[in-house]
Amino acid sequence: MPELTYVEALNEALHEEMARDEKVFLMGEDVAFDYFGVCSGLADRFGRDRVRDTPICELGFTGAGVGAAMAGFRPIVDLRFMDFATYALDPIVNQAAKLRYMLGGQLSVPMVARIPSGAGLQYGATHGQSLEAWFMQVPGLKVLYPSCPSDAKGLLKAAVRDDNPVMFIEHRLLYAQKTKQDVPEGDYTTPIGVAEVKRAGADATIVGIGYQMGHCLEAAEALAGEGIECEVIDPRSLTPLDVETITASVRKTSRCVIVEEGHLRSGVGAEISAAIQEAVFEYLDAPIGRVAALMAPIPVQTKLEKFVLPSTEKVIAAVRKALGVSA
Amino acid sequence: MSEDKAPLSDERMQTMYRDMLRIRRFEETAFELFEQGEVVGGIHVSIGQEGCSVGACSTLNEDDAILTTHRGHGHSIAKGTRLPEMMAELLGKATGLCHAKGGSMHIADVSKGHYGAHSIVGSNMPMGVGIGLAFHFEGKGQVAVIFFGDGAANEGSFHESMNLAAIWKLPVIFFCENNHFASSTRVGYATSVADISARAGGYDIPGVTVDGMDVLAVHEVMVEAVDRARRGLGPSLIEAKTYRYFGHSRKDPQFGPYRTEEEWNEWKAKDPLLVAEKILGVSEEEKKAHDEAVENELKDALSFARQSPEPEPDDVYEDLYA
Repeated sequence: MPELTYVEALNEALHEEMARDEKVFLMGEDVAFDYFGVCSGLADRFGRDRVRDTPICELGFTGAGVGAAMAGFRPIVDLRFMDFATYALDPIVNQAAKLRYMLGGQLSVPMVARIPSGAGLQYGATHGQSLEAWFMQVPGLKVLYPSCPSDAKGLLKAAVRDDNPVMFIEHRLLYAQKTKQDVPEGDYTTPIGVAEVKRAGADATIVGIGYQMGHCLEAAEALAGEGIECEVIDPRSLTPLDVETITASVRKTSRCVIVEEGHLRSGVGAEISAAIQEAVFEYLDAPIGRVAALMAPIPVQTKLEKFVLPSTEKVIAAVRKALGVSA
Repeated sequence: MSEDKAPLSDERMQTMYRDMLRIRRFEETAFELFEQGEVVGGIHVSIGQEGCSVGACSTLNEDDAILTTHRGHGHSIAKGTRLPEMMAELLGKATGLCHAKGGSMHIADVSKGHYGAHSIVGSNMPMGVGIGLAFHFEGKGQVAVIFFGDGAANEGSFHESMNLAAIWKLPVIFFCENNHFASSTRVGYATSVADISARAGGYDIPGVTVDGMDVLAVHEVMVEAVDRARRGLGPSLIEAKTYRYFGHSRKDPQFGPYRTEEEWNEWKAKDPLLVAEKILGVSEEEKKAHDEAVENELKDALSFARQSPEPEPDDVYEDLYA
C-alpha cells in the first residue's frame, strides 16, 4: 500500500474521480495554478476547461456549481478559505441544500464544496475560522471532515459520488503535515456516516473533529502513560453523524470529552453532547467535557492564537476533569 | 424552432397569443383563489408582463433552460409547464410539481426545461451561469435564460454572473423584466442607469432595451440573443420595460403611495394582450376560440388540483436527501 500525505491523498482522489467520470469538474480561484498541491497536475492532465480557474467571486462560482449540478454535472468547487464561504452562503444554504426538497425531487445537487479551514498559521480572524457547525444546522447538506490521509482520499471520492451537496472540510495545517500514511490504491471509498475508533480504551471517550484528532491522539498517548486509557473516536462525517459508535463507547467509558476547532457556543461539541445525553444519560458518570476555540475571534499574535485554540494540554486537562483526577 | 429568422407562421402567432391568454387567465384565477384563501402561502402574479414571458420563451426549445423568480408563473407557463400540477402546487396538494414543498415561489418543471422559480432575489443568476456552463460542456447548442427583475439588477450576484458568463462566453441570456418597482422601490431611485441594458457595456456583451408590452418585439431581440448564444458567441443582456398591474403581494394595493392611477392607466393602455391581438392578427372568432379553450384548460387544472390529496406528515422528509 503506498504511503501518502494528506495533500497527496486529496490530489490522488481528484485525479481518480476526474478520470473515472467526465461529468466531474473542478473550479475555483487559482485551481490551475495550484497553491497547496491538492490540485497538482490536474490542469495539465484534464485541461483548463475541466480544471477551471475562476475570477474572485465565491458567490458566483459556487452558484454556478449548483447550476451545473442541477444540469447533471458533478462540480467540485474550491472555496480556498472557509471564511470566504460566507460569500457563498446563498448558493450553499438556500439553494444547494434546498433545491431537491423544494422542487419535489425533480433534480439533485451533487456538488462538492472543498473548504480548507482552520487556524494556527497566524492569519487571524478572517482567515482561520472553523465554521463547520453552521453547515450541520442546515438540512439537505452533508458535512465531512477527514483527519488523516486515508480518509482524505476515501471520503473525497465518496463525496464526489454522492448525489447530495457535500461540504468537504479540510485543514490548512493538515496540508502542511509531511506525515505519510498507508492509503489504499484505486477504487476505494470511505463510507459516509460511519465513525472510526482510532484508539481503544475503557476509561474515557474522546471525540475529535478533523485536525484536532492529532491533539486527541497525543493526549491519549500521554494519559496512557499515567494509566488512563482513552477511546478516541473520529466521526469523520458530521452530517450524517454516527451517534451509535459514539454512544457505544460512552456506555463503556461513562465519560466523554469532545474536541473541535470551531467556537464553543452552539458548536459541533454541543450537538454531539446533546446526542450522547439523550441516548445514554444513565451511563454518564461526569458532565461531558468540551474543548473548542474560545468565544473570541482568532487573533493573529502567536501567543494569543494559541490561547484561543484547542491544544493537547487542553484535551488532557479536560479528560482529567471528566475523570476527577488532578495532574 | 428557434433559429429561424423567417416571419412567424400564423399558427405560431396564434400559439403565442393563446399562451399570453393562458398566463393572464391563470394569474387572474390564482389571485382569486388566493383572495379566497385557497392558495397555500403567498403569490406574486405577473399580469401585465405576459409579453415578456411569451416573447422570450417562444424562441426556446424544450431542452433549453429557464430559471425564474418569485413572480414566475408567466415564464413557467410560457415554457410549457404542466398547468394541472402547477395549480395543485399552489393549492398545496401532493400532486403538485414540487409535492407541495415549494409553492408558488418555487414552481419548477425540469422535464420541460424549467429549472425553477428562485425566490431569493438574484439567486438564480449564478445558477443560470452554471447551467450555461453545463450546456457548454455538453456542446449541444442549448441555451439558459435567466429571468429577473429590475430589483435583482442591483444584487452583487448580477455582477458576478454577468462577468463569469462573459469571460467564459457561455450560452446564457440575462432577461431583465424591468417592471419599474422592486416591491415599493422605484427603479429610478434604486438604479444608477436609466436603462439597465446599459450595464452590458461593463461586461463587453450586447445589451438591448425592448418594449416588454410588445410580444413580437421581445421575440425578435430574443431570436438574436439565442442565435448568438447557440453559436458560442456568449451571453446577452435584454431589458424589457414592462409594468405589473397588481401590487407586489397581498398587502400592497394596486395604487398606493408609490404609484398613481394615472401612471397605471398609461401602461394599461399598452396592455400586452391588446397589443398582441393587433400585431399577431387575432380575429374576433379566433379570440373566442382561444377564450373557450383556455377556460376549459383552467377548469380542468383547477378540478385536478381540488380533487388531489394533501400530503401526509410522513412526507416531510421525502426528497430531502437523494
